[in-house]
Amino acid sequence: MDIRFRFMKFRKIAGIISITIFLVSILSLGLRGLSLGLDFSGGTLLEITYEEPVSLELIRNTLEENGYPDSQVVNFGTNLDVLIKVADQDGNSSIGENIFNILNEQGISGELKRVEFVGPQVGAELRDQGGLGMLIALFMILMYVAFRFQYKFGLGAVAALMHDVVIILGLFSIFAWDFDLTVLAALLAVIGYSLNDTIVVSDRIRENFRTERVLEPIDMVDLSLNQTLGRTIITSFTTLLVLFALFIFGGELIRGFSLALILGVLVGTYSSIYVVANMLLSMNLSQEDLAIPEPEGADFDGMP
Amino acid sequence: MLILIVLVLGSIYALPNLYPTQPSIQIAYTDSAKSADQELLNDLENILEDSETAYEEIFLRENKIVVKFPDVETQLKSKTVLQQQLLDKVIIALNLEPSTPQWLKNLGGNPVKLGLDLSGGVHFLLEVDIETAEQGRLELLLDNYRKSFKDENIKYGKSEIRDLALLFQFSDKSSYNRALKKYRDESLGITGVQYVITERPSSNTLLLEYSDIALREIRDYAVGQNLTTLRNRVNELGVSEPIVQRQGSNRIVVELPGVQDPTAAKKIIGKTANLEFRLEANSRTSPLRKEQFNFKNSDYQSAFLEKAVVVTGDRVTNANTGFDESGFAQVNITLDMQGGRAMQKATSGNIGRGLGVLFVEQKTKSELVVNEAGETVIEQTSYIEKNIISLATIQAVLGTSFRITGVGSPAEASELALLLRAGALAAPMKFVEERTVGPSLGKENIELGMKSIVIGFSLVVLFMAFYYRVFGLAANISLIINLVLITGIMSLLGATLTLPGIAGIVLTVGMAVDANVLIFSRIREELKEKNPQLAIKDGFSRAFVTIFDANITTLIAALILYVIGTGPVKGFAITLSIGIVTSMFTAIMCTRAMVNLMYGNKNIQELKI
Repeated sequence: MDIRFRFMKFRKIAGIISITIFLVSILSLGLRGLSLGLDFSGGTLLEITYEEPVSLELIRNTLEENGYPDSQVVNFGTNLDVLIKVADQDGNSSIGENIFNILNEQGISGELKRVEFVGPQVGAELRDQGGLGMLIALFMILMYVAFRFQYKFGLGAVAALMHDVVIILGLFSIFAWDFDLTVLAALLAVIGYSLNDTIVVSDRIRENFRTERVLEPIDMVDLSLNQTLGRTIITSFTTLLVLFALFIFGGELIRGFSLALILGVLVGTYSSIYVVANMLLSMNLSQEDLAIPEPEGADFDGMP
Repeated sequence: MLILIVLVLGSIYALPNLYPTQPSIQIAYTDSAKSADQELLNDLENILEDSETAYEEIFLRENKIVVKFPDVETQLKSKTVLQQQLLDKVIIALNLEPSTPQWLKNLGGNPVKLGLDLSGGVHFLLEVDIETAEQGRLELLLDNYRKSFKDENIKYGKSEIRDLALLFQFSDKSSYNRALKKYRDESLGITGVQYVITERPSSNTLLLEYSDIALREIRDYAVGQNLTTLRNRVNELGVSEPIVQRQGSNRIVVELPGVQDPTAAKKIIGKTANLEFRLEANSRTSPLRKEQFNFKNSDYQSAFLEKAVVVTGDRVTNANTGFDESGFAQVNITLDMQGGRAMQKATSGNIGRGLGVLFVEQKTKSELVVNEAGETVIEQTSYIEKNIISLATIQAVLGTSFRITGVGSPAEASELALLLRAGALAAPMKFVEERTVGPSLGKENIELGMKSIVIGFSLVVLFMAFYYRVFGLAANISLIINLVLITGIMSLLGATLTLPGIAGIVLTVGMAVDANVLIFSRIREELKEKNPQLAIKDGFSRAFVTIFDANITTLIAALILYVIGTGPVKGFAITLSIGIVTSMFTAIMCTRAMVNLMYGNKNIQELKI
């Protein structure tokens, strides 16, 4: 048998690493929480572009003098673009205009590129909906994988997904990157992508368990991982290619989105090798689990 | 064969996106109840021909007339010309019309719609305050019952509204029982039980609350009424493709593409009083306290009204048409409690005088001005216009509900009722979300998105060609077909493209090759034990199950995202879902067809992959 890399030799170490990062992520999420973007926190945001760089300190002071003491003023992308964020003030929707007018009066006028206001209930609703959507997605996927494969694969797949999602959330929490709707969308896409990987690996494990009856489970898993390695690397590589293109050229608005996806592809690729296979071995996946030859392969043979 | 059909269809529907947009204007009647007709079209044609304006096409679409122009200058010029001639009869919106040829349009081909983050514009989410609407209804009900209890000699001590419930404490048992019977008799409405009655016989108290059915009716009425009012107001803005839609139980979404001044838009959308009830000035009114107004349906007729406003439009809770005793059309008006009281006070000493209703509109006037740079630009100034829509004689002291008779034909009556209602919001609204994207940012987003697609796509294509050679070429052609199909399906479904949507396409490009990579590596493996032809065949069929399973799960995630997502995120879910389906099709079917074309029926000894 052609087993070039003994992946499962490191399965204990990988398991420890995964669990450690997972726990650190949970800890950070629990202690620091996420730095929620406007979509979820509610509040007002302005993006103003200037013809020449302006002093952020000046804008900050001007706003402070005019009754907005807690405003965040940062550069956005270039030093000509300024992003001003003000926390929610009882759902007052005209803060954006007020601030723009104040700046104009003080002679710090630029071109208004974007104003966003999200009321407090809308923010809370989007939060709830996002969390709920994530749970529904995980559950439906568990069902599908359990139905198509076997419940141990389902558990393995969901464990891998939880692993990926929690670690990415953890990274966003640790580095205090803005978590907004687009990042949530990216996270759901990561769920899809990571699963894609997981299924390809699981599919091969299942096939080998059925056809190659001579090997130990651990060798069977290593064989399967080796057989899918080429594909895993190439797909991750092409996906990362386009994601880096997005990250570099796609502009400031979808930077968080592409960042979450890049992390997702990296972590997802790792987890489909180590988390899923590890889980399967820990649950003592045996040939009996897959003994009944399922007919689904035959269904599709005639189609393409 | 199937591949060819899909390919041709995909290309046809993707085609409209290649045609440039053309400057145009859209003309609609100011009165939203009237839709544009042949008569207006002829008028417009005459005006344009008289002013020797070169236009390319003029046609009727839905309730609007669209005129296309060869360049922006004629577009702006003709807008001014038309506005000057037709004045306030019409609303003219500048627009960019796709120059899709007729045969494509006949097939239903249209370019992809751009989301607000790409086109620039304003997005508002408004929430209707249902509790206030309910409170208003209860106030009316309280007033009505006080009156009818008095008429029927039912004695009560305390009467008030407490926690959205009507509370009456009766003086004796017999009043209590008679009131209870009355409540029960009146409780059954057309759609079901209207009241929930709580009996407290020990203290002779009755509590009345609206039932769930009644509450739903109140909510639907309030949201529906506000929706209509908002549509009318948005029409005043002259935006070419506005969206005014109910979202959930009590929210309304307003999207105004191309609007650059959110403050002005907000002022018009958020304004409340656009109806004013005023007494007609008589000989004793001092000239300082009266104003002259024109009638809305005739420019030559005018009347003097007092400057003091009796009641404004936000006090109107309902207005509908009916018939009086002798069968003539009339308009029934209901005011809220506060309005009713003000009306009673104003009319009690003034029976026999006239009561005028003013329709207040905020309008924008467009003028061509030469700016500092010497360019001719259209400048829009907004002004307020007030016209009389009704002037009737006061016959009796008026309260919360009264009627206007002698309003002409039933059609005219219903127009008046519409105008009366148009001024009113059934319940107050507040802005709960607002997103404005400046036009420059929109353009920037399109450029950045396109750049990412081109760069990401080229990188993947180069890599595939380099790594898989001939097979890579087949995969690359599939990838191109995939992009065409995504565009075609987006156009066909009328889906909206957003910036995250573009990101979804980029992501699809990266992930779409996955299926081909799976197939190719499978073929490589099969080659170790089988001859090339069989290896290709088995490679495709054995990879299929894997590809199918892997994609279905991503599709599940994308669909959930579509359901929970809003705006731009929804756009991502759409392109991702479409991308998954098309990439499965192209990777499996198209690549296979190409490989068959290259290697089919040939006796190959060696296969490079």
